[in-house]
Amino acid sequence: MLSAEAKKELQAALGKYHNKRSAVMEALRIAQRENGGHLTRQAMDEIASILEMRAVEVNAAAAFYTMYNIDKPVGRYHIQVCRNISCSLMGADHIIKHMEKVLGMKTGETTSDKKFTLSTVECLGSCGTAPMMQVNDDFHENLNEAKIDELLKNMK
Amino acid sequence: MEKVLLKNHGKADSHKIATYIANGGYKALTDALKLKPDNIIQMVKDSGLRGRGGAGFSTGLKWSFIPKDPTLQKYLCCNADEGEPGTFKDRGIMDHDPHLLVEGMIISSYAIGATKSYIYIRGEFVYGARRLEEAIQEAYSKGFLGKNIMGSGFDHDMYVHRGFGAYICGEETALLESIEGYRAQPRKKPPFPALAGLYGKPTVINNVETLSCIPAIIEKGPAWFSKMGPEKSPGPKIFGVSGHVKKPGLYELPMGTTARDLIYNHCGGMLFDNRPLKAFIPGGVSAPMLLPQDLDTPLDFDSLAAKGTMLGSGAVIVMDTSTCMVKTSYIVNRFFSHESCGKCTPCRDGTPWLTRVLKRIEHGDGRPGDVELLEGLCANIFGRTFCPLGDGAVMALRGALKHFKAEFQYHIDHKKCMVS
Repeated sequence: MLSAEAKKELQAALGKYHNKRSAVMEALRIAQRENGGHLTRQAMDEIASILEMRAVEVNAAAAFYTMYNIDKPVGRYHIQVCRNISCSLMGADHIIKHMEKVLGMKTGETTSDKKFTLSTVECLGSCGTAPMMQVNDDFHENLNEAKIDELLKNMK
Repeated sequence: MEKVLLKNHGKADSHKIATYIANGGYKALTDALKLKPDNIIQMVKDSGLRGRGGAGFSTGLKWSFIPKDPTLQKYLCCNADEGEPGTFKDRGIMDHDPHLLVEGMIISSYAIGATKSYIYIRGEFVYGARRLEEAIQEAYSKGFLGKNIMGSGFDHDMYVHRGFGAYICGEETALLESIEGYRAQPRKKPPFPALAGLYGKPTVINNVETLSCIPAIIEKGPAWFSKMGPEKSPGPKIFGVSGHVKKPGLYELPMGTTARDLIYNHCGGMLFDNRPLKAFIPGGVSAPMLLPQDLDTPLDFDSLAAKGTMLGSGAVIVMDTSTCMVKTSYIVNRFFSHESCGKCTPCRDGTPWLTRVLKRIEHGDGRPGDVELLEGLCANIFGRTFCPLGDGAVMALRGALKHFKAEFQYHIDHKKCMVS
């Protein structure tokens, strides 16, 4: 269930648009954030009912955009390492390998304590400060092994 | 040269309205609201400003297609779905000087008669979205947004719309679909958005950097703008340089600056002294790569088109001699395949096919005839897709094959890389 606060936020978002359907991306974003990083069917059904959409239409939107994690829980820290061209030229492969080694996991996995999820992503628009990664909402740039170790140490 | 687009970068609290106003901000808006909307459109036409998102279409001309009927609801949408690999210029503006964009959008909206505007920002740019939302609130509190702006009688509301991970939203009609709450698949054109855009209403879609040029055109005049750089492709341009250079980053320079000047002067040259330039991509990964002998090409729309490539977003990706073109092509094509929206068959099926072939060549499992297979697939994708995404994938790969076919063949014949 969406919290009262989330529903209020969604009501505010509705005011931005000509119709209710336009708020679907914002509704899904709020629901995913409330649920700790992934979307449940129940939340999507609730959104459908609030926005007067069919469940399949909400699902169609959610499934299209890669940042929605449908039925796919992620760790408290979702680490997304860019692997596109500029980061690759500056050593993204090495960054990904180092991350896998330090976390003891493969890309695409979540640690058993649900603390970390490691993913690779396409270009995040931070090419002049490559290699880089995103952890939850924040960008971390000009990465090297020492910087990664320090960042991981500070993720409690 | 005097900076216009990046002038506030590096100043303390550069994102705050007080800083922006202290540096001459919102003066252009005051001036613009005293002009007739048609006069502003004419000024933008006269300036020669061409869209900085990649297509290079005349901004003033685009605005002039909007119907003049005052009873029609009209919209301005800012394309801030910056996703072309190598590109990070719009993020620079939104993170560090969001009011430049907000002011540009208010003036542009006044010119086309739009009472509502949306900034479509990619979902990963959380920081930028927050900065824009704060900037918009500040602009409301100063009376630059809302009802009867500065006593002009012009009303305008501005909103941030966050994307959530889809490169295709940079295609303007896919962007509109996305705001309307649908899967972001491009629409058939015509009708063009100027007649039937957001919610079926007349809509202009402009890139962040394009809109950020508007305040300076009002303040300094169209002649100032049109005299900078090449006659048919004038104005200041932000080049985003990444890859193997000493000082990657954003550089605001006149349009038509040569790649040599950009890479060896402004960016301090190649990253490693013993690894010279192998190739560079002049405008984001969709743009075919150029070679060291092309370094004196002016970076502008027409000069690059004459070389068979494009200025695109002005994202210059620099590759030294340690770069494997097979691996690079695989990475680039994997991106396009991942981002194909699935609407049309040549792109939906063609880009993953290209990626599978490139992957096996890269991993030493290439088969005789794979180069010809790639070329055949390119021919069957190019010009046959619904939108330019598939063409972008092909242009990138054809560029690599044109200059470095031997590297691909070596990978296939020897099951290993020629470079490393």
